[in-house]
Amino acid sequence: MRIDVMKTYKLFINGQFPRSESGRVYEITDSKGKFLANPAHGSRKDLRDSVVAARAAQPAWSKATAYNRGQILYRVAEIMEGRSEQFIAELIAQEGLNPSAAKKQVEQAIDTWVWYAGWTDKISAISGSTNPVAGPYYNFTIPEALGVVAVFADGKPSLLNLVNGLAPVIASGNSAILLAHEKYPLSAITLSEVLATSDLPAGVINIITGKTAELVSWTGSHMDIDGIDASGLSSKQLREVKELGSENLKRIHSFDSKRSPLRITSFMESKTVWHPVGI
Amino acid sequence: MNNFEYAPAPESTAIVDIKSEYGLFINGKFVAPKSGKRFETINPATQEVLAKVAYANESDVNLAVSAARNAFTKTWSKMPAAERGKYLFRIARILQERAREFAVLETLDNGKPIRESRDTDIPLAAAHFFYHAGWADKLEHAGVGNNPKPYGVAGQIIPWNFPMLMLAWKIAPALATGNTVVLKPAETTPLTALLFAEVCQQAGLPAGVVNIVTGDGTTGSFIVNHPGIDKIAFTGSTGVGKAIAKAVAGTKKSVTLELGGKAANIVYEDAPIDEAVEGIVNGIFFNQGHVCCAGSRLLVQENIQDELIEKLKRRMSLIRVGNPLDKNTDLGAINSASQLARIKEIADSGDLEGAQRWSPACNLPTKGFWYPPTIFTGVSQSHRVAKEEIFGPVLSVLTFRTPAEAIEKANNTQYGLSAGVWTDKGSKILWTAQRLRAGVIWANTFNKFDPTSPFGGYKESGWGREGGRDGLAGYLKAGN
Repeated sequence: MRIDVMKTYKLFINGQFPRSESGRVYEITDSKGKFLANPAHGSRKDLRDSVVAARAAQPAWSKATAYNRGQILYRVAEIMEGRSEQFIAELIAQEGLNPSAAKKQVEQAIDTWVWYAGWTDKISAISGSTNPVAGPYYNFTIPEALGVVAVFADGKPSLLNLVNGLAPVIASGNSAILLAHEKYPLSAITLSEVLATSDLPAGVINIITGKTAELVSWTGSHMDIDGIDASGLSSKQLREVKELGSENLKRIHSFDSKRSPLRITSFMESKTVWHPVGI
Repeated sequence: MNNFEYAPAPESTAIVDIKSEYGLFINGKFVAPKSGKRFETINPATQEVLAKVAYANESDVNLAVSAARNAFTKTWSKMPAAERGKYLFRIARILQERAREFAVLETLDNGKPIRESRDTDIPLAAAHFFYHAGWADKLEHAGVGNNPKPYGVAGQIIPWNFPMLMLAWKIAPALATGNTVVLKPAETTPLTALLFAEVCQQAGLPAGVVNIVTGDGTTGSFIVNHPGIDKIAFTGSTGVGKAIAKAVAGTKKSVTLELGGKAANIVYEDAPIDEAVEGIVNGIFFNQGHVCCAGSRLLVQENIQDELIEKLKRRMSLIRVGNPLDKNTDLGAINSASQLARIKEIADSGDLEGAQRWSPACNLPTKGFWYPPTIFTGVSQSHRVAKEEIFGPVLSVLTFRTPAEAIEKANNTQYGLSAGVWTDKGSKILWTAQRLRAGVIWANTFNKFDPTSPFGGYKESGWGREGGRDGLAGYLKAGN
């Protein structure tokens, strides 16, 4: 009989897979309470490193053409499709799903990447405008990426929720830091292996695993994070992150599990440009 | 040039009937405040008392919120949207009819030149109501889903720099989207809001749809913290905006904020210089510089600095400072003694930190609050006059050599409300506009506003937009 090769679950920062600089891990168990893995117990320094990577990567990602970003999001779906079996196995272990429910969730997650891939070059047509001002001026409004967005993914359905958090944030040109769900981090880490092979520039998505209570306070108070998808937080944690986030007026939003273009525009800023018309 | 003398051309104040005392406007009627207190509002150009207005305490705010809730539940949310819109059309028309009266009153209470209140503030306020009136029955096209819903009762707190215009920016979208309103005008400029209450009565607006409570920051905090308020809209300083964001963190209240700015106005070497000079003057001296989007940091390309500054100084020496009611006045009174003290304090730091101050010779009136148009050259990015919002007629001049340096300096601020760019080259305008982290970019113009054009800031300049389709989103819960 052959002994399985078990996987070491690490962080994903700037396109690389480091362990936590703190050297810490924490134990997670499967739905029946059996040992499952020792994911990294990310530290404040790990979070700061990922913000530095995200900030550095964001301008080029935002300047990439919408067509290019759309193809890369689609590429994530392609690579994920090929790894379906691994995602299914992890969902069965993490969430205690039966195989067909796990398969369905993986398919929905892949289709969600495809759905948002199609939005990259349409969102400004839907939410931008030319404005008929009362005067001899040409005036238009375009939505632009906000900057660096932290995503607290919700729990079950854990894979679908994290894709529904990440895809809209990066579709518009933001870079993201995913704070993986404390109890269900495996899909997030396996997703990072998909992202690393999907032509996504290093730093555009970074993934930290660890204790949500700690990550809430570090993320809320970090002055170089522009926005937070707080969908995965309890009302107490939401209050904490909003209080801390008021210091630099972070844009903080929570969503239900549905996919929506509002998840994209919530992390964009409208820019309006005026110019006189004349000869 | 300074020998040009204009005969005084004062606008008559006969058109305005200021009462000696005002109540609070709650549930469609003027009522005496439960607080039993009143405070004075003065003309900042003369320091004469204009009227005594009611001070709203917590009980007064409670009454106003109940009236708004009642009107929301029983009247406003049940009315067909098209009929709701008609009330806004009526208000727009009455504001146009009574425009001169509003303009004179605004100038008396605020200190801004009559030319500006008459040509900008009041016409734009009427335009905002007319624009939003048409949205009332078209909200499913507002971009927030098929069945968007109002929040309920909106608490709105506005500043003293554009009292009537900010009232319109707040009340028009709130009513169009089906919300009811409790609005607090600024402590130093309550009178046009109280005159607006009369307009609501003339329009037959159902009682309680608009409530106006006068008071100070404490009154504002009663609104912010009231559990019956569903949505908060605030325009004012970034410090207060952050405090509001923190105060409501544990609630379901929706918040939009229009906060401070320190806008860069970039002039490239290939700019039309004379037009740029006009734009710089308009950018910083419009409304005494009491403008959150004022072009308060001039970034000029180094090789044209001398020519530009010389022309700017010549133009500044023609600015007429004085009686705001005079139709020839360009720069009116500073709104309050405390604002004047703030302007002096920050401007004086410019001297201390080594920047060079220049103002044209001008005779400031002896009574009232006044500050001359002022520029500082030799400013570096670390100077307070380059970093802090002065909110007065004080311009800081910095230089740059390359476009990349201009962008770097322009974006080097926690604010992101507006920016200007001056060049004759179209591709350079778009290149610059793409890179500026600001919500409004004026290219070869400055300080232009329109109800169809979204206004609001990036970064610490606020949350959300006002005006245009974007502005409606702040007053609507997303539908499916």
